Amino acid sequence: MEKKLNTPIDDLTRESLTIGDEVLISGTIYTARDAAHKNLVEALDTSQKLPFELEGQIVYYVGPTPARPGKAIGSCGPTSSYRMDKFSPKLMAKGLKVMIGKGERSNELVAEVKKHKAVYLMAIGGIGALLSKTVKSSEVIAYSELGAEAIRKLTVENFPAIVAIDSKGNTIF
Amino acid sequence: MYKIDRNLIVNTIKEMIMETTRTLGSEVIKSLESAFGNEKNNIAKNVLSKIIENQRIAKEENIPLCQDTGVCVCFIEIGRNLIFDYDLTEAINEGVSVGYTEGFLRKSVVKHPLNRINTKDNTPAVIHYDFIPGNKMIIHLAPKGGGSENMSTLKMLTPADGREGIINFVLETIENAGGKPCPPLIVGIGIGGNFEHVTYLAKKAIFRPIDDNAKIDEDRLLEVELLERINKLNVGPMGLGGNTTALAVKVNSAACHIASLPVAVNLQCHSARKKEVTLIGKEA
Repeated sequence: MEKKLNTPIDDLTRESLTIGDEVLISGTIYTARDAAHKNLVEALDTSQKLPFELEGQIVYYVGPTPARPGKAIGSCGPTSSYRMDKFSPKLMAKGLKVMIGKGERSNELVAEVKKHKAVYLMAIGGIGALLSKTVKSSEVIAYSELGAEAIRKLTVENFPAIVAIDSKGNTIF
Repeated sequence: MYKIDRNLIVNTIKEMIMETTRTLGSEVIKSLESAFGNEKNNIAKNVLSKIIENQRIAKEENIPLCQDTGVCVCFIEIGRNLIFDYDLTEAINEGVSVGYTEGFLRKSVVKHPLNRINTKDNTPAVIHYDFIPGNKMIIHLAPKGGGSENMSTLKMLTPADGREGIINFVLETIENAGGKPCPPLIVGIGIGGNFEHVTYLAKKAIFRPIDDNAKIDEDRLLEVELLERINKLNVGPMGLGGNTTALAVKVNSAACHIASLPVAVNLQCHSARKKEVTLIGKEA
């Protein structure tokens, strides 16, 4: 049975999630992949203001295809998360609590997730057409020059994911 | 002598890109459905059912199967009686540019690996040419995703490592890759040749039909044994466990140096998008 989660996800709910739990997320999530992560961390390192407040937020690793006219978004499945391992600890230190992507992450990253009582959720890779149906709106809020890699604010409804690393540092892999 | 109109090339490439990014080949769907039937693990079954549902949605709603619409890889077989009074590579890239732009596809190519500036039309394609008899041109095209490509490997083994060395290297590659290349996979393996040729063999292997068996005995026996052993690794669909880690294993071999045993493993994700089209030259 899937657990329904509304954003922002409170501490108690997040910390009660265990590996293998299937969740359906509704509310606001932000997209960021390789190039956006590099920009965010550079902004933090040089004490610049971030395009959105990280505290308690959810970041989804995705670079969607362009939306057809009349559609909120194109195909939008997760990209491999391990490429963000270098950047995620700095974002978690600033309050990021939920990451959504696909695939395994490094042991160092698992330790950081535990330290910050964050969670890593896995969406199924290669089902971007199906996942696009859960996205109700999409708006580029930063780094538009990055094209597919720009940061988007998405409103999702029942976006499906599986808890892959929980706040206690257990992993599904 | 025979000619193929430049516009026909451009349009064919464009159409192939638009079609492959939205529709999975019927033989791949059949293979996924049969894997679903044989799978015992519940999470794995759930993942496989979503993959099967996804291709139906993509087709019905005219939306790409996966947001990673890849780098366009082409193997072009050119009939020896054809002549070209234009730049064929340029024509193919024009088709790529139009296909990715008009098709609402993601542009995933950067101009230089270090400056990371997007070329904005997904060009250039990676194109390999070969010659065949006659007046036809056969285009094999695949939009190849980055996730599975990143997990692909090459190793220069020695003759003493032998068949067991090859098997161990392939199993190690797939186990280390885990869920990252989006299994269930089609595993393309090159053995022999040299440093650059072996990767070409591995890439070409993933273009073979999913139900095709290697003609050379050594290669075919490797395919059978590897498929069985890969599916015992319990990597499973998206790395979440199960006995469906690979849908197929394809081995292509070539002659090599007395000192060498090169092995390359090119992984293809479950969104195994590819197509073949034959164009016939007109008498010029």
